[in-house]
Amino acid sequence: MFSYTCRRLLLTVPVMLVVALFVFGLLSLTPGDPAVLLAGEDATPQDIARIRATLGLDQPFLLRFGDWLWRIVHGDLGTSLFTGLPVSQMISQRLAPTFTLMIMTLIVSVSVAVPLGALAAWRHNSFYDRGIMMIAVLSFSVPSFVVGYMLAYTFGLEMRWLPVQGYVPFEQGFWSSIRSLILPTLALGSVYVALITRISRATLLETLSQDYIRTARAKGVADKGILFRHALKNVAVPIITVVGSGVALLISGAVVTETVFSIPGVGRLTVDAILRRDYPIIQGVILMFSFLYVLVNLIVDLLYRVFDPRIKY
Amino acid sequence: MLKWFKFIRSYPLIAIGGTLLGLLVLTALFAPWLGTIDPTALSPIYRTRPPSEKFWFGTDLLGRDVYSRVIYGARISLTVGVCVAVLSAVIGTVIGLAAGFVSWIDAIIMRIMDGLMSIPTILLAIALIALTKASLQNVIIAITIAEVPRVVRLIRSLTLSLREQAYVEAARAIGASRLRIVWQHIFPNTIAALTVQTTYICGLAILAEASLSFIGAGVPPSTPSWGNIMAEGRALWQVKPFLIAFPALFLSITILSINMLGDGLRDLIDPRLAKNL
Repeated sequence: MFSYTCRRLLLTVPVMLVVALFVFGLLSLTPGDPAVLLAGEDATPQDIARIRATLGLDQPFLLRFGDWLWRIVHGDLGTSLFTGLPVSQMISQRLAPTFTLMIMTLIVSVSVAVPLGALAAWRHNSFYDRGIMMIAVLSFSVPSFVVGYMLAYTFGLEMRWLPVQGYVPFEQGFWSSIRSLILPTLALGSVYVALITRISRATLLETLSQDYIRTARAKGVADKGILFRHALKNVAVPIITVVGSGVALLISGAVVTETVFSIPGVGRLTVDAILRRDYPIIQGVILMFSFLYVLVNLIVDLLYRVFDPRIKY
Repeated sequence: MLKWFKFIRSYPLIAIGGTLLGLLVLTALFAPWLGTIDPTALSPIYRTRPPSEKFWFGTDLLGRDVYSRVIYGARISLTVGVCVAVLSAVIGTVIGLAAGFVSWIDAIIMRIMDGLMSIPTILLAIALIALTKASLQNVIIAITIAEVPRVVRLIRSLTLSLREQAYVEAARAIGASRLRIVWQHIFPNTIAALTVQTTYICGLAILAEASLSFIGAGVPPSTPSWGNIMAEGRALWQVKPFLIAFPALFLSITILSINMLGDGLRDLIDPRLAKNL
């Protein structure tokens, strides 16, 4: 186990290195002078020179990359072209709403989707199964920002149950903060729920057709016992795999959902950075989210062993 | 006729998805003849009018006809979907076959693909768009780069299992060259799975373009794309929900029909999976 953990940890290094090389190399690979492009249309030569110096574009590539990587490893993500503030500081100020939204979505989605998938598999080909699968296909296809507007219109504007837009920080009360994130959570979760429901149903169906389930049934185990003691235990691994890889969807979705609900999170910061062509911020956000994604999938890999003791490394 | 009827009965998803998608393609092709006016024509006196007999879907902030913009938007979405699907299928297949057959290439390529796949699609495209000028072409390139790793992974894993098959061994035994084995024996057996994957990628690409345009990182704002129409309606949607409702509806139906077609094709190709999924 220990040696596997070490090996698995080492494997994340080349992945993150590729990510770093990509976001950094893009500056040099794109046609034209990036400094001119980032400076915008009515930039003075001084602006362009300043940007070139900030990004270190006047030095050879490998030197720049090594230097940049060294600083990244020490927690320095560079400075924003627009505000002149450190990127790490600007991102960390926006982390709270984004992470709260993502964690809420994760918890809500998994606790809704797994029972739904299990019900669909248990009552295979029934009315429930068809209904649940139809909803899953629908919510997998309707983009999260469309779901967001539909929810905001119905529950915010028409029924006035929940705030239409905006975010209440934790400092102004825990419950009102959670309340402001309910609709964004549902919008962001729609795709995720569909994904997890489908995989839960599929894996449970496969498990239920196994020999040992038939044996359990033959020796007289009640339905409840079969489902909870024999079948569900064995579907944990495929489900957490999808939960892990689905985090990428969650991140992409968060950027768009924050725009719909005007939540001042990392997504909103990214969107503002595009409009201002503030590349260091985009670089920083990508590095952070990719690291998060790699980390989540590392934890998922290590969790396999906990959920399924038969797996040996 | 009876044959068709049977096909539709056994694969309703392909029939429904295919029909909806076909209608959409026709809409895009015949956009100028569907009662539309110039989608970029401004008429400030008719700003933000609700849907009426004259403006079926209402007008936007600049007085442009939303109906015409939505109908022309189908062109943008389908162009992005088809181009990204074809490009990533071709590029991904070539890289995937190479990775599956040459082990030193494999090690390098899969590390690169792992890295690219750990960058969420929208963010990867945002990085590319931020450094280039907003254009349809750049959006297609950006989304393609994000989708290629999916195809590479699929083709590589198929190649790895196919090359162990007896007929590949037989071909090798009679002295067939590597290229011939890949082209004649491996590639044809990946086409079925590739078709399904390409269909899903088409849907994902349309979604990605709409999301990118919606947050202001997509095609130029003047282009009538569904994401752009929704982005323009963002400021006023609480009072004029029709500004975003119609492009949202078209976008959702398009992606739904593509996903249905994909699910149907998957059932057709792999009946074993069909029972489960």
